[in-house]
Amino acid sequence: MRRYACQRLALGVVQLALLAVLVFLLTSLLPGDAADVRNNEDAGAEQVAALREQLRLDRPPLERFTDWASGIVTGDLGTSLVSGGPVLDILTETVGTTLVLAAVTLAVVVPLAVTLGIACGLREGGLLDRSVTSVTLALNAVPDFVLALLLVTGLSLRLGWLPATWVGVGAADLLVRPGLLVLPVTVVAARMVCLLSRQVRAGMVTVLQAGYVAQARRLGVPRRTLLLRHVLPNAAVPGIQELARVGDNLVGGVLIVEAVFAIPGVATALVRAVEARDVPTVQGLALVVAAAALLFSLAADLFSHRLVPRTEVLR
Amino acid sequence: MSIFHNRREFLALTGAAAGALALTGCGAGSSSGAPVADGRGKPRRGGQFRALFTGGGEQETIDPHAEALAIDMARTKALFDRLVDLDATMAPVPRLARKWESNADATVWRFTLRDALFHDGKPLTPEDVLFTFGRILDPKATTHFAQSLLSVIDLKRSRSAGKNVVEVALKRPGAEFPALLGTLGTAVVSSRYTDPAKPVGTGAFTLKSFRAGRAFVAERFDDHWDGGAYVDELRILSADADARGNALRAGEAEFGYEMTPTFARTVQADKSVRILAAKGSTAHAIVMKCDQEPFDNPDVTRAFKLLADREKLVQVGLAGQGVVGNDMFGKGYQYYPEDVPQRTRDVAEARSLLKKAGALNKTLSIYTSAVATGFVEAATLFAEQAADAGLRVKVTTGASETYFKDQLAKGVMGSHRSGAMTIPNYINDRLLTKSAFNASGWRREDFDATFAKAQSTTDAGERGKLYGRLQRTVHDEGGLLIWGHPDWLNGVSSRVRGMEAAPPNTLDSGRFDKVWLV
Repeated sequence: MRRYACQRLALGVVQLALLAVLVFLLTSLLPGDAADVRNNEDAGAEQVAALREQLRLDRPPLERFTDWASGIVTGDLGTSLVSGGPVLDILTETVGTTLVLAAVTLAVVVPLAVTLGIACGLREGGLLDRSVTSVTLALNAVPDFVLALLLVTGLSLRLGWLPATWVGVGAADLLVRPGLLVLPVTVVAARMVCLLSRQVRAGMVTVLQAGYVAQARRLGVPRRTLLLRHVLPNAAVPGIQELARVGDNLVGGVLIVEAVFAIPGVATALVRAVEARDVPTVQGLALVVAAAALLFSLAADLFSHRLVPRTEVLR
Repeated sequence: MSIFHNRREFLALTGAAAGALALTGCGAGSSSGAPVADGRGKPRRGGQFRALFTGGGEQETIDPHAEALAIDMARTKALFDRLVDLDATMAPVPRLARKWESNADATVWRFTLRDALFHDGKPLTPEDVLFTFGRILDPKATTHFAQSLLSVIDLKRSRSAGKNVVEVALKRPGAEFPALLGTLGTAVVSSRYTDPAKPVGTGAFTLKSFRAGRAFVAERFDDHWDGGAYVDELRILSADADARGNALRAGEAEFGYEMTPTFARTVQADKSVRILAAKGSTAHAIVMKCDQEPFDNPDVTRAFKLLADREKLVQVGLAGQGVVGNDMFGKGYQYYPEDVPQRTRDVAEARSLLKKAGALNKTLSIYTSAVATGFVEAATLFAEQAADAGLRVKVTTGASETYFKDQLAKGVMGSHRSGAMTIPNYINDRLLTKSAFNASGWRREDFDATFAKAQSTTDAGERGKLYGRLQRTVHDEGGLLIWGHPDWLNGVSSRVRGMEAAPPNTLDSGRFDKVWLV
């Protein structure tokens, strides 16, 4: 297993390297560079040329890329073309908020989705299953921003129970005012609970109908043991894979929610950087988010393997 | 140079309330007195004021000479003052300069400075003003947008002429020079100002903390020359349009800059929020390039202007929040010729002009983009309106981020907007042979010459006549189909007093030293 993990990590490094090249190429394909788009409406051609020279964007693309890549090797994420400061600063400023949001969301989503999934899977087609299925499918069909605005209008503006935005909120305020987290987490969690509980339910249904479960039942394995030892580990595999996806979505930030609640997270920073053609920042943020996604996916695979060792033959 | 200091999703909804604005503190030579504002109650000291603007992330700055976004301008306005600022009609009003005068050909200007204190307790001197000009014009600085406008200053010949008089020499006549000092990136800094993170200004607030993309906190400066602010603490924060609206309604902010027409409609019934609408004056246009076929024939441009159904364009392009335009920039501003009759739709006349010019059976294209709300909608609607005369107009949509530069090279027609700026600035920026953003390809020697003549005409009335002539020429023959002037919408909490609707880029826009809370 350790060998497998090492292989996967090595592969991950290659994937990240390819991703870096790809992100660089794609951002180069966008119209205009950082000098062009900065104050597109204000600056004359001379000022743009001067800015381009100052930002050293007049160098050939290959040189710019290798320059950035050699920095990465030494752990330097590069310098933002917009702020002139290190990309690491932008990352540290945004990643904290995003991680808090992600952690709280996962803490809500995982128990809730697993419980719902199991409960529904156990009584497939029952009243509970049908009602939960209807609600989750319906909720899943509501776009995030609609849900967010509905919740804000109802719970914040009408009833005044919860803060409507994070306007003027510092990192420390989150601990003192947990109410701030309720609406954003609800919106993000709503979709994720839907996706995850469906996977867990599907896993349960499949496994419960499997031959080995019927055999175990026939052999008189007590129901409790049957569920915990035989059904759950197998049924959890699709759910865990889904969870890895959910996790990297969260780390990448949730743009809509960040915009509606004025949350200064990673997604907003990334979109701003793309718009400003701030290539080093785009690359730095994309790389870190991708690395997190790879780690999640690896962790999910290792955990699945731990639960169900026979899956190894599939590799 | 421009106007709109907001790159993205910028609703180019700007406006000036023409004469309708009760302007505070712009009487010549007077220091701004207490605002008559809402006319209710006496100003109250104290409290925290939170103002929300569209953010710019890492691009945000509090360097007054590098300011570019609306949020930057609001922050620097709190910390610094300009020598001169602009009122709601874009006419210069005194700020740190108590008064000014020029020589006969407007090549030397003398500004008399007010007794003002910097935040470090030292008085404002002519040296600070000269240092400011030097800093703005520093050739190494690439983000000082006032550079091109202020390059007319001859720094070597400018000098201090006494304790509180500064004499500014210009390289060529500049009758509009005081107004130039009221534009983006011109605030006066102390000669001890070296680090943008440690601002030394004369503004009504002193900096407490600033982090780009996040927060700006400032405190009342007790020794401000203009009487100082009423609120103790000012926070200028970034939030997207939806979040601004929700925060305002939830009482989490006192001011939201640049609200959408939809929000304005939504809160009509909401007692906790008021909309301050500066009635339309800045411009949305379809431009036709006069240096290209078929628009090199003024009959064709006139025909196109006759084809536009302006009311419908305002309904669709501006969600009804604006007034119709008359193909001239600067409605309600100083030097705007109000006596030119409003152009209205006349399809028959347009058709006969087009027939005469042989321009009927061509397919033309409008280059547009979603950079401003209403651009694509207005272009599409205009294409349909042009079809009524049998014209085929195709709409091409391009990238937002580089639109304003691309438009100069692409398409024979395009979408165009302009925010609040003085009429001379607009002409200088868009309508002269050497203008950087000559969106309508308007290049005429006699036009340039008349503009140059106005710059050496010190008599404001005479100058106004010259500008009027230029505007009429553009109205009759130019490639600007200015169909609408959007309203500029800001939202304030009902607790706020002392704030009036003001067009962007003017003294009273995003100004928080005269507001108080009840």
